[in-house]
Amino acid sequence: MMTETTENNDVTTHDDDDCLQASRDELAQYIALNLKDYLVSREWQKDELCLNVQREDICYVLKFLRDDARCRFTQLMNVTAVDYPDHTERFSIVYNLLSLTNNDRIRLKTTASETDIVPSATSVFSSAGWMEREVFDLFGVAFANHADLRRILTDYGFDGHPLRKDFPLTGYVELRYSEEEKRVVYEPVELTQDFRSFDNVSPWEGMTNIQLPGDEKGVKPEFGWTPSKVELAGKE
Amino acid sequence: MNALEKITEAVDCSTETQIKPFTFNFGPQHPAAHGVLRLVLEMDGEVVERADPHIGLLHRGTEKLIEYKTYMQALPYFDRLDYVAPMNQEHAFALATEKLLGITVPERGQYIRVLFAEHGRILNHLLNLTTFALDVGAITPALWMFEEREKGMEFYERVCGARLHANYFRTGGVAQDMPAGLAEDMMDWLEQLPKHIADLEGLLSENRIFKQRTVDIGIVKKSEALDWGFSGPMLRGSGVAWDLRKSQPYDVYDKMDFNVPVGKTGDCYARYLVRVAEMYESIKIMKQCLEQMPKGDVMVNDYKVAPPPRAEMKQSMEALIHHFKLFTEGYHVPAGETYTAVEAPKGEFAVYLVSDGSNRPYRCHIRAPGFLHLQGFEFMSKGHMLADAVSVIGSLDIVFGEIDR
Repeated sequence: MMTETTENNDVTTHDDDDCLQASRDELAQYIALNLKDYLVSREWQKDELCLNVQREDICYVLKFLRDDARCRFTQLMNVTAVDYPDHTERFSIVYNLLSLTNNDRIRLKTTASETDIVPSATSVFSSAGWMEREVFDLFGVAFANHADLRRILTDYGFDGHPLRKDFPLTGYVELRYSEEEKRVVYEPVELTQDFRSFDNVSPWEGMTNIQLPGDEKGVKPEFGWTPSKVELAGKE
Repeated sequence: MNALEKITEAVDCSTETQIKPFTFNFGPQHPAAHGVLRLVLEMDGEVVERADPHIGLLHRGTEKLIEYKTYMQALPYFDRLDYVAPMNQEHAFALATEKLLGITVPERGQYIRVLFAEHGRILNHLLNLTTFALDVGAITPALWMFEEREKGMEFYERVCGARLHANYFRTGGVAQDMPAGLAEDMMDWLEQLPKHIADLEGLLSENRIFKQRTVDIGIVKKSEALDWGFSGPMLRGSGVAWDLRKSQPYDVYDKMDFNVPVGKTGDCYARYLVRVAEMYESIKIMKQCLEQMPKGDVMVNDYKVAPPPRAEMKQSMEALIHHFKLFTEGYHVPAGETYTAVEAPKGEFAVYLVSDGSNRPYRCHIRAPGFLHLQGFEFMSKGHMLADAVSVIGSLDIVFGEIDR
């Protein structure tokens, strides 16, 4: 009896999930239709919708997503960046929005190089202010029409952008209180031992579907391993 | 031009009487700054004209450090963000990694997580409300409630061995099962706690001084709360019924019966009331967890993610190799990205995790609720007295571990 009820519950939740996904697909299509001149592409990352847009259109798209009666993504929860040094436009600027009415999230992405200036989202969402300052501070991406684009997390007079991939983990300067000068002094970082970064990557069977160099002919391993799985395979 | 005109031109009354606003520093070392907050305030007499919070004094580069660590090594950094409720932060990272890996935590593991997430919420609110009261002049709540909080901290210690830096929620479940007797002791504590929270309410809710200091102070309108990206009690205090535990339930929150308290006025007092009511709801959830918790595994039965049991390593070479590989190389997470959020005590705590398929996160952005709440401090305190700015900071519930990262 117990198992039956749990099974039934499972079925209903599955239906709910399908139904929910259908309505989310519909919303995604609606957005794609209304923003077709602005979207570069859209994709589902797991169950999260991601829209790629041109840098210049970011404010328009944000405004549309906020004000459109069907979207109502009224909260900008997060602005951040990811650094891909190999790409021609190395920074990917990411905006995560939340809709309370739809109970849904959406992700906007755009790209920028070191010299590009991204339009600020502060005219659409006040919350973008500090988050864009953070991106400016840690990545060195400049935002146009931002009222107060100063560094926010790093030290006063800090040089460099720490979250860039080419910025070393240990940084360049360290500081200490100098008894002679009676103030805090900055000095170049001195490490008693060089920073060691072990990647430890090996052709271990447990690795998820990544191909190691030299193992191109090998079968891509399936994720997951337990003794029971091996035993079962042996019995078969 | 006659003589009189010449005189009035020489002495321009408008510039003469203009007084430069008085600028001063509040913090970084000030008990009411709740950590290392440097506020540059421009004052017109006692009235705040402009407030510019300078943050980053506790910036440790957590996000950068995580990029150089395996997923398993990255997790303890989350304890060091909001050190008032460490496990709630771990929860977000564990859920994000699990989502990318596509694994599901065994049911008992999920129950333990929800139990300790709510436990963290109670500890957080106890600390916030009492220090808030301390800021506005009431010492007794802190003396009374810290004793209860300390009892709660003992459960932390018993379940994971550490008072603060738990490293208890892991990708795939929790580090170990609860020790024998813990559930009963927690239940006893939960039976006692409402009485103590009622004491706290008795001291503050109708207290004339407390109400004078908090009612109609730092009002946040619904539209402002949305525009500034507020979440958690800051959003609910302004009358928005939004709680991720209800709307986007994770782990076993969908099986829990609880209410979402919502404030009406959006002032400091409303946020105080919301937090008090949330503690009662958390007690309800914890009791349900303890009652309904099934037996079974607390961690996925997959040695590629979870370490094998110590006993098995004495017998099995495979287990030994897996243990070694897990703690050196770690596991590889399929390429992808996710924005996974949990309802932490302070609001929406989220992790934006980008994986490139290797054993280390390519990028891990931590979305701290306090960061956005502190951003809103300026509009909340503008036009208020200096003493009210202290009330506003108290009601924001900020912890610099998570704001500065």
